[in-house]
Amino acid sequence: MSHSVLDKRMSVADIVGDLESGMTVGIGGWGARQKPMALIREIVKSDLQDLTIVSYGGCDVGMLASARKIKKLVFSFVSLDAIPLESHFRRARSAGEFEVMEVDEGMFQLGLKAAAQNLDFLPCVAGLGTDVMTYNPGIKTIQSPYSDEHYVAMPAINLDVALCHVTEADQRGNSHIGGPDMFFDEWFCRAAKKAYLTCERIVETSAFNDDHKILRMPIERNLVTGVAEVPFGAHPTSSGPDYGFDVPHLKAYSAIAKEGWDGYVSEFVEADDYVSKVGGADHIRSLPLPAF
Amino acid sequence: MSYTENDFTLAELCIAAASEIFRDETDEVFATLIGTLPKIAGYLAKATFKPGMMMSDGIYYLAAEPVPVGPRGDYQVKAEGRIGYERVFTIVAKGNRHAFVGPVQVDRFGQMNLSCIGEYAAPKVTMLGVRGLPGNTVNNRTSMFFASHNKRALVANEVDMVSGAGYNPARYPGGKYPKGLDHRQIITNLCVLDFEGPDHAIRVRSLHPGVSFDEVQDNTGFDLIRPDDLGETAPPTQAQLDIISKFDPHDIRAYIFKDNPPGRRAA
Repeated sequence: MSHSVLDKRMSVADIVGDLESGMTVGIGGWGARQKPMALIREIVKSDLQDLTIVSYGGCDVGMLASARKIKKLVFSFVSLDAIPLESHFRRARSAGEFEVMEVDEGMFQLGLKAAAQNLDFLPCVAGLGTDVMTYNPGIKTIQSPYSDEHYVAMPAINLDVALCHVTEADQRGNSHIGGPDMFFDEWFCRAAKKAYLTCERIVETSAFNDDHKILRMPIERNLVTGVAEVPFGAHPTSSGPDYGFDVPHLKAYSAIAKEGWDGYVSEFVEADDYVSKVGGADHIRSLPLPAF
Repeated sequence: MSYTENDFTLAELCIAAASEIFRDETDEVFATLIGTLPKIAGYLAKATFKPGMMMSDGIYYLAAEPVPVGPRGDYQVKAEGRIGYERVFTIVAKGNRHAFVGPVQVDRFGQMNLSCIGEYAAPKVTMLGVRGLPGNTVNNRTSMFFASHNKRALVANEVDMVSGAGYNPARYPGGKYPKGLDHRQIITNLCVLDFEGPDHAIRVRSLHPGVSFDEVQDNTGFDLIRPDDLGETAPPTQAQLDIISKFDPHDIRAYIFKDNPPGRRAA
């Protein structure tokens, strides 16, 4: 698993091999969009446990919950977008299987941004007046040093590791997010000690010598420890512009939250050829991009 | 489909009434419209009296014109900018935004729940999570829609998990409301409510045709203010109905309420 400073290519198994039980792991993307699902499936197969998962959650959280990998979940929501409620998350949360730190979406990104700047906290108004403060007694309020305003002091969300899925990357760790919204992948990477990317395609560095692509390259390469080429690595979530999320697959997955998870693991997570198992490359490419 | 003056559905009545929540808005307010009714209501407001209103395509772009609800067919979004989530949160914090949302519960303070019901550590019912409600409610104008007006939705005491903030002084440092806290209206299948009672108490603003104040009160878990001049929710005009049809060409609004009841109850 040795790699030179400018050749960061790794396998998905190598990346997950770098993780340790008990770590705080941030997962990029949003809901059912742009999730590093190949890495999630690899974690499900691993003997990792007691993870603190930080995510704008979708089926990444649901699968890790059903695989009993989560000790604590830092979240604002868990949703599959087209399917508003995530059944695996709901089952596990209602069973009290993990601790939660439930915060506003804006507080969440401030926590990452505080960590990214080596700050203890960033102030905001969001959270005041809600049970976010009741159930997170560790989140304090402060009085402004300049006026009598009170703010929430959103603590830094420091990550051991960030895992994200991008469209293209080179072996140095430069990367391009082709989907419309780049979400908070940048801030997950900045908040982490180490960041690992999966990508649809490994490309030559010269591919990024492009004024349009450069506008969608929020993660500079020295934030990135490893890169794995995994075509369709976000399935069943979307990876714009290449493919949308797989609603029939997500519906079938949602239906087995109470019974049938082991079957899902053996059929899909442990499949020798995942892409063929879920219908093949042409099927995934044909999945329409999200529209609401 | 054609309509006469008295021929409109409850959904269309509520859409027209809900468009009014934007009447007093800033000229170029950014409206976030969550769900079928809020979307069509916002579109109607933009098409009739608030042409500068800004809105997204639901995914990433600022849409120069409302994107019709339901299957889009050949319709292409007409983008006039971008509005990714990071920018949304920046706009939320600045404040010129009106969020029209559909929480699961609301209480007498206007506090909302979107997270869970029952004991927090292992909730009887787990829902979405607080999402952006904490930030919306203390920074932006907030309006709500409830398809079923009953005591499970409009609850006695406080909601199970206060996800969206309200006018409950006990929950703020020094009892002082945040500057941006500004709840506007609640649209339900029975009536329109607002926060214009004493100290922002919830008040019945208008009753849908054929609904009595007592019926509304009997289905609400807290006491409502009854204004002296309480009237009926205005029926949609033909012009409004035509616009509603244009933005909802597949009649998705027929699924907002169970059995798609008429706007005027049979006597």
